[in-house]
Amino acid sequence: MSGKEEKKPLFGPKEKRLLWDPINDNNPVTVQVLGVCSALAVTSLVYKSVVMAIAVIFVVAFSNLITSLIRNYIPSQVRMIAQLVIIATLVTIVELTLKAANYAIYKELSVFIGLIITNCIVMGRLEAFAMGNSPWRSFLDGIGNGLGYGVILIIVGIIRELFGKGTLFAGSPIQLNIIGKSNDLVHYWIDTSPGSMMSWYSNNGLLALPVSSLFLIGIIIWVQRGKNKKLVDVS
Amino acid sequence: MHSTGYIIKFTVIMTIISGLILSGMFYATEPIAKKNAAVFKKRAILSSISSLLDKPLAQMSDDEVLDLFANKMEQKVLNMKGEVVEGKAEDLSMAAEAKLPEAERKLPLFIYDSKDGKINIIGVYGNGLWDKIWGYIALKSDNKTIAGASFDHKGETPGLGAEIKDDPTFSYHFIGKSIMDDAGKYTSVKVMKKVTDPAHQVDGIGGATLTGNGVTEMLVRGIKYYLPYFEKNKN
Repeated sequence: MSGKEEKKPLFGPKEKRLLWDPINDNNPVTVQVLGVCSALAVTSLVYKSVVMAIAVIFVVAFSNLITSLIRNYIPSQVRMIAQLVIIATLVTIVELTLKAANYAIYKELSVFIGLIITNCIVMGRLEAFAMGNSPWRSFLDGIGNGLGYGVILIIVGIIRELFGKGTLFAGSPIQLNIIGKSNDLVHYWIDTSPGSMMSWYSNNGLLALPVSSLFLIGIIIWVQRGKNKKLVDVS
Repeated sequence: MHSTGYIIKFTVIMTIISGLILSGMFYATEPIAKKNAAVFKKRAILSSISSLLDKPLAQMSDDEVLDLFANKMEQKVLNMKGEVVEGKAEDLSMAAEAKLPEAERKLPLFIYDSKDGKINIIGVYGNGLWDKIWGYIALKSDNKTIAGASFDHKGETPGLGAEIKDDPTFSYHFIGKSIMDDAGKYTSVKVMKKVTDPAHQVDGIGGATLTGNGVTEMLVRGIKYYLPYFEKNKN
């Protein structure tokens, strides 16, 4: 590594870019198309998406930090295994914490927390960034990439839950019943029971299925490329 | 390049450190996780009698749930002949019992001491569309009329089949149905697309016909297992 460490501001424009780039210009899901598997699986509810996003942000940020701290000691022959051990340790910590803190959501997310280990975003950042950058910058890069992943997850989650199920944040303490058939037990803001003005409306069952997130992510990529000139291929 | 000795030393130290962290974490969280799992199961059982509880289930604290089970809930384990055998119903795993030959299975029975007499809560277990489904059915002291029901599933489609758990309206429809016809013959309760016999049929969920069929099969077979016990313990 370079021996000279210049005096740099702790949070200058470069650090800012580390955080913001992955959210738009270099988004891990829509631009690099990584981590799509879990984006399909856990986005049926916003609450699940949010918990998953937080879990991934934690894992990427801290595995980046730890890898960067010991990067000069990791023998290059076993670096992948070393990275995997760091990721797996952190993911297990998340799993155990979730089990103790909120058992219901742990049951809901089931295997997908464990599968963060195989999420390409995490491993990709360790190989591409943390192995060659300072701990602080790696940490920011991890948070940035986790956020970039989380933002897409939450956008897809909101669309899928609202139009597929008619609720938002279902399963959490702040569940909002937006649209659906009201009855004695459940009250929706927009009532679609027979005879009401919105009775023609019904939830879109396709959006409840994982395959819909593939379309939604496709549409997000399309919109993003339309708006962001940097992403358009010149050739 | 690092020497082989260094690589071995590095991997051993890394493994020991992560092993220590994880086992420490596990022992710290295990008691909480165990309690969470127990409360989670008990809440599922209680939600089948939610209309009979003194206060809404969601507002009950974990300790209140455990308290109610300790003081007002009698637990029995039955064999297929309807005899009470040794054991505690909450320790019985319906998933494990379902793997045994039918004649050797054991059944959980919870008896809730409510204001309007004893309520028998029975467990049922079957197949949904994608994976296992299970539920608890509460029967009034006449052993015929359903006082409430709750369902859960392993992997039904969110927004469609998963609504057997998520939509309180579905289980609410079971209240007041009878598992016997007027002549006292067993009919069970069925989930139907179109209800023609309101005393024994329940409105299904749109888009979840196959999960509904699974629930029907589970109920027809599952409630029948308890009939010998009810026969012996007529009031």
